[in-house]
Amino acid sequence: MQKRSIVPILYILFLLLPIYWLVAMSFKTTNEILSGFSLFPQTFTLDNYKVIFTDPSWYWGYINSISYVTINTVISILVALPAAYAFSRYRFLGDKQLFFWLLTNRMAPAAVFALPFFQLYSAVGIFDTYLAVALAHCLFNIPLSVWILEGFMGGIPKELDETAFVDGYSFPRFFATIFIPSIKAGVGVAAFFCFMFSWVELLLAKTLTAVAAKPIAATMTKTASSAGYELGLLAAAGTLTIIPGAIVIWFVRNYIAKGFAMGRV
Amino acid sequence: MKTENQKAWFFVLPVLVLVAFNALIPMMTVVNYSVQETFGDNVFFWQGLDWFQQILRSERFHAALGRQFLFTGLILAIEVPLGIAIALSMPRKGIWVPVCLVLMALPMLIPWNVVGAMWNIFTLPDIGLLGYFLNHVLGISYDMTQDPIAAWVTIITMDVWHWTSLVVLLAYAGLVSIPDAYYQAAKIDGATNWSVFRFIQLPKMKTVLTIAILLRFMDSFNIYTEPFVLTGGGPGNSTTMLSIDLVKIALGQFDLGPAAAMSLIYFAITLLVSWLFYTLMTKDDLN
Repeated sequence: MQKRSIVPILYILFLLLPIYWLVAMSFKTTNEILSGFSLFPQTFTLDNYKVIFTDPSWYWGYINSISYVTINTVISILVALPAAYAFSRYRFLGDKQLFFWLLTNRMAPAAVFALPFFQLYSAVGIFDTYLAVALAHCLFNIPLSVWILEGFMGGIPKELDETAFVDGYSFPRFFATIFIPSIKAGVGVAAFFCFMFSWVELLLAKTLTAVAAKPIAATMTKTASSAGYELGLLAAAGTLTIIPGAIVIWFVRNYIAKGFAMGRV
Repeated sequence: MKTENQKAWFFVLPVLVLVAFNALIPMMTVVNYSVQETFGDNVFFWQGLDWFQQILRSERFHAALGRQFLFTGLILAIEVPLGIAIALSMPRKGIWVPVCLVLMALPMLIPWNVVGAMWNIFTLPDIGLLGYFLNHVLGISYDMTQDPIAAWVTIITMDVWHWTSLVVLLAYAGLVSIPDAYYQAAKIDGATNWSVFRFIQLPKMKTVLTIAILLRFMDSFNIYTEPFVLTGGGPGNSTTMLSIDLVKIALGQFDLGPAAAMSLIYFAITLLVSWLFYTLMTKDDLN
């Protein structure tokens, strides 16, 4: 038992090494980085972070990213809840086909949709807004949310619904005050996965924005090419993108493994 | 037992409208481009299936498709067994479990271009931790901007780093759902570790492993950002995956017709292989 825990420990070390290197780089000066190899920052500096927190073109990147990720998560969960309920409780014409069609959208390569999305959203006049990116990410986050939520709802006995209706609850009141609280773990897990896939995606987010809604990830790629080799700054910006995910994951740590396991394929 | 109720369609309607807006309209645009030729100014000429024939016969497409299958095959062959092995060796309960899970999930929450940038910094020959170690401590000549093999090894290692945790989390979720009584019964019967794995753990993990393999297939087959940031598809074209090639044609050269035809072929292959995996893996359940 004790001996085999060496495997997870080695694996976690392997995971942490590149992250350590990124964080270590972010505390080095550009001079130190380019002058040679050093395992720890020799001249510890916070200048890279200072640049990010004082330059609007940097910190707005974070605000933009968090904004569209939040909008996407809210939309995805709100529309996925009733749909997942329908799939888990009722049979209706074309239900299986619809479910499968939804999942096929999870398989679509983002590269296929980049250009048509750009044209579609330009045509309806929401190019370069948070809404554009949030809606585009719905393409893969809604199917995923429906899938996860349906799994969790399947674990709630149908008697709960029937008892509530016998007791005179209207459907909306039952749904909001009894049903949703009883699957709140599922809502948490679904929201986590929406957050995750919207936060990490870049191709669509970059294609659908220009200035006003530009995500932090796009700010980084632009800096990487235009400002030459500011590795320290890039490392600091990268380090800051890890933090929101780490916070969110801590909240759902007890449910995360369960999230996918309870969904069906 | 589910009740038959056609009104359930009203519950599904918002999802249907949103996803249809996002999926059908762009898909129709792609189909539209794939059968026409344009020289700009919104003037289009009917082209029939020429683009499809051109793509299907082009060596560039064959090469990218071959690289893509090689990449996805290697990824599945490494990540799935490795993920199962790590999940098996994790403690079932205790205070370290949530810590392990959070640390393991961390790579999945890093934006994909940051993953690419991070591995770029990590592997720089003279100033990256890994690059320095390989070149100056072990004395292995390593530079992925010059050597296609080094570029491939780096991209595979990066993806293993990035996504093995998904398999671990799913396999682990399957493992903790096995009641203790199963293990006790196996112990009484004197079962070996292998037969416990083969006849208790593996069957119980089957559903989650199906999900893991499907998700890993889809995502590795559609991979774009990480190799693009890490190697830019190079050296030469050695790491140009299908998505990178597609974006080059569509947004780089603005060849909309061929790009659209390639998109449809690409999507069809993804769908077909996913369907094959799914049918093969759930075949026993149906019988």
